[in-house]
Amino acid sequence: MILTGAQILWECLVKEGVTTVFGYPGGAILPAYDAMLDYPSIRHVLVRHEQGAAHMADGYARASGRVGVAVATSGPGATNLTTGIATAMLDSIPTVFITGQVSSLLLGSDAFQETDVTGITLPITKHNALVTDVTTLARTLREAFHIARSGRPGPVLVDICKDVQQARTEFEWPAAPPPLNGHEPSPPRAADLTRAAELVAGAKRPLILAGAGVIRSGASDLLREFAEKTDTPVASTLLGLGGFPASHPLALGMMGMHGEAFVNQAIQRADLLLAFGMRFDDRVTGNLKTYAPEAKKVHVEIDPSEIGKNVAVDVQIAADLRAALAGLLPLLSEKRHPDWRREIDAGRAETHARDILHQPDGGRLFAAHVINDLWEATGGGAVVVTDVGQHQMWEAQYYHHEKPRTLITSGGLGTMGFALPAAIGAKMARPEAEVWVIAGDGGFQMTQCELATLQQEKLDIKIAVVNNGFLGMVRQWQEFFYARRYAATPMLSPDFVVLASAYGIPARRVNRRADVVPAVEAARNTPGPALIEFRVEQEDVVYPMVPSGADLHAMIRRPAEAVVEAQEAQA
Amino acid sequence: MKHTLVARVQDQPGVLNRVASLFRRRAFNIESLTVGGSEAPDFSRMTIVVDTARAPAHLVAANLRKLVPVAEVTDVTHLPTVDRDLALIRVRCEPGTRGEIANLVEIFRSRIVDVAPDSVIVEITGDLEKVNGLVELLRPRGILEMVRTGKVAMVRGTAAAPGETG
Repeated sequence: MILTGAQILWECLVKEGVTTVFGYPGGAILPAYDAMLDYPSIRHVLVRHEQGAAHMADGYARASGRVGVAVATSGPGATNLTTGIATAMLDSIPTVFITGQVSSLLLGSDAFQETDVTGITLPITKHNALVTDVTTLARTLREAFHIARSGRPGPVLVDICKDVQQARTEFEWPAAPPPLNGHEPSPPRAADLTRAAELVAGAKRPLILAGAGVIRSGASDLLREFAEKTDTPVASTLLGLGGFPASHPLALGMMGMHGEAFVNQAIQRADLLLAFGMRFDDRVTGNLKTYAPEAKKVHVEIDPSEIGKNVAVDVQIAADLRAALAGLLPLLSEKRHPDWRREIDAGRAETHARDILHQPDGGRLFAAHVINDLWEATGGGAVVVTDVGQHQMWEAQYYHHEKPRTLITSGGLGTMGFALPAAIGAKMARPEAEVWVIAGDGGFQMTQCELATLQQEKLDIKIAVVNNGFLGMVRQWQEFFYARRYAATPMLSPDFVVLASAYGIPARRVNRRADVVPAVEAARNTPGPALIEFRVEQEDVVYPMVPSGADLHAMIRRPAEAVVEAQEAQA
Repeated sequence: MKHTLVARVQDQPGVLNRVASLFRRRAFNIESLTVGGSEAPDFSRMTIVVDTARAPAHLVAANLRKLVPVAEVTDVTHLPTVDRDLALIRVRCEPGTRGEIANLVEIFRSRIVDVAPDSVIVEITGDLEKVNGLVELLRPRGILEMVRTGKVAMVRGTAAAPGETG
C-alpha cells in the first residue's frame, strides 16, 4: 500500500496500540496533523504548551504502563518538550515523542523554526532518530516503541522532516520489532541467585529497599511473598511507593532525605540490604561513605550501568526484577526476625509520637493535615499526582499508597509544573480511577494553563492547591542553610478560586482543619473537575530532613515542643 | 589506570557524537578514541582508551552498551592483544644528519616517507611504548610536526602470538 509519511506515522501508532496522543500543531508537523483526521481511533488532546504534552504522555505511561505519546512541531515546539522529556528520562518512563522538522533539503540552514532537536535531546533520551528518508520511517517508529518499552524504559524521540511526511512509499510494518543486540535484559544467573539466597538465609537484620523497578516489572506480588516468607521489612524510595502496601505490617514507608527517622536508622543498622529495582540515588543514601556500614548488599537492577555506580555491592543481579524474584523465591526458606522487628517498631512508635498529626495544632492548618484528611476521605484509593516540593514530601509521608501506579510524581528530575498535566495524562489512561492533583502554589502556576485542556477534555480530576505563600522547599533550605534569608521565595499568587472559575471549574478555599473533609467530599461529589485551595501554615518544614550529603542517620527532626511553643507565643 | 575498550558500532550518522556525548556527560575521561571500518560492512570499530580514575571500566562499558547503535563492547585491557599506534613525525634534518636519522628509523623498523631540504617525515607503526621511544629520541633533533592515530587493538587468536616484535 502506497502511503505518505504522515499516513505511515499514524498507521504505525495505531498498530502500536496508541489511542491517545498529546500535542500541539505547527508548520513542520502540519502534514501529520492533516493526515490525523483520517485516523479517528486516535484521540488527540490539544494542550496549551508543549511541556504539558510531554508531562501528559509521561503521566499516561506512569498510570498505565503503556507507552505515552506526544507530538510537537519543530523549533520552539520541540524545545518546549525538553523539560518533559528529561523528566521521563530520569524516571525511566516509556514515552515516544514525535517532532516535525524542517524539510530535509533545508537541514542545517537555520531555516525558520529549525533547531537541532536530535542534538538537543541526545543526553535526555534513551534514543532518538532524525528521519530524512520516508522508506526508513516505519522501521524507525517500530524501533522507537520497542526501545521505549524494553529493558529499562525511557523516552525516545523521532524527528521527522516535513518532506518525509509528504513523500510516498510502500508501507511495510515490520511484524516483529527489530532485534536490539545486547539491549535486552539477560535472565538472572543461577549462581548469583544462590549467593543472594545464602545471604538472606544468614541475615539477622535484613531490609528490602523497594524502588520503581518493583512497579515497572509488575513484581509487587512477588515482593510481598518474598517479604512475608523471610520476615523482611520493606522501605521504599519515593518512586517505589505503592509497590508494597503501606498498611502491611512489614511496610516502613519512604527512605532517604525525607524518610522517617526510624526507616533511615533501620538502613544504617541493617546487616543485609536487598535493593530491588532502585539506583541508590543521592536523595536516598545521603553520605555514601557512612551509608549502611554494617550491611551486605544485594542489588537487583535491570540496568547494569546502575550496579556499582554509587554503592559497592556484594551480589549483583542485572536482570528484570520479576524474573529475579521468581528465581529467588524457591531458594528461600521461612525466616523470622522478632528482635529486628521489635527494634524497628520501637523506632516507629517514637516517630509516631513526634508526628505533627499528634501534636496540638493551635487551630492552624498544616499541609500534613490536608493530606492526611484527603487520604482518609478518599479511602486511600485515589491516584495522586503531585508536583514537586514540600507538598510532594508530605504526600509521600501522609498519603499511604496500597497499590502500584497510584502515586505519580517526578522523582529524579524534580520537575515543578508536573502535576496538572501529568494528571490529565493519568486520567486519560485510567478513566475509571479517582485522580487527585496535589500541587503547591509555586509549581501549579508553572503549568496552570492546562486547566483549559482539563476543561476542554471534560476530565473528572480534582485539584488540591496547597498554598503556603512561599516556594516552600526552597524556603526550608534557606531557613536551615542560608540563615533565613528568604531570597525570591515569598510568592504572590492569583486568587485560585477566581482563576478556576475563569476556566469554568468550581472551586473553593479552605483555611480551617474542620473544613478540609467537607471540601474534599464536596469536590468528590461534583461531577467533572473541581479545585480546592488550602491556605496552610506558611513556614512549616518537612521533617525529618537529612541535609544534602550528610550521613543518613544525621537527621534534622521536628522539635517535639516547637508546635506547642508557637502556640503559646500566639496566645 | 588506563583501560582499553573495543566497541563494535553500527555504521550510521551520529554514532561518534553519541559516544562522545556519553563520555562528556558522565565525565568519563577519554585518553584516545579511534574509529574506522571493521570486517562487517555495516559496522565500525572503535578503540577507546579511558582513564578509569573516576569511573571503573565496567561502568564505562555498561554505559556504552546502553547506546542503541553500540552492538558490543569488550574490555581488552587484561587480554593478550596486538596494539598499534601510527605516527607521522616531521623532524628537522639538515642534509648532514640524514644518515643518523635513517639509522634510528631503521632500528625502530619505521621508515622515512618524505624528504625535504631541511626535514623528513618519519612513519612509525607500533605499540605505544615503541612509538614513544622513537619520539623521545627524535625530540632533541627538533620535531616540527606530529600526528598520531591513537591506539587500535585486537585480541590475539588463542593459539597465536607468532614472534611479534611490536
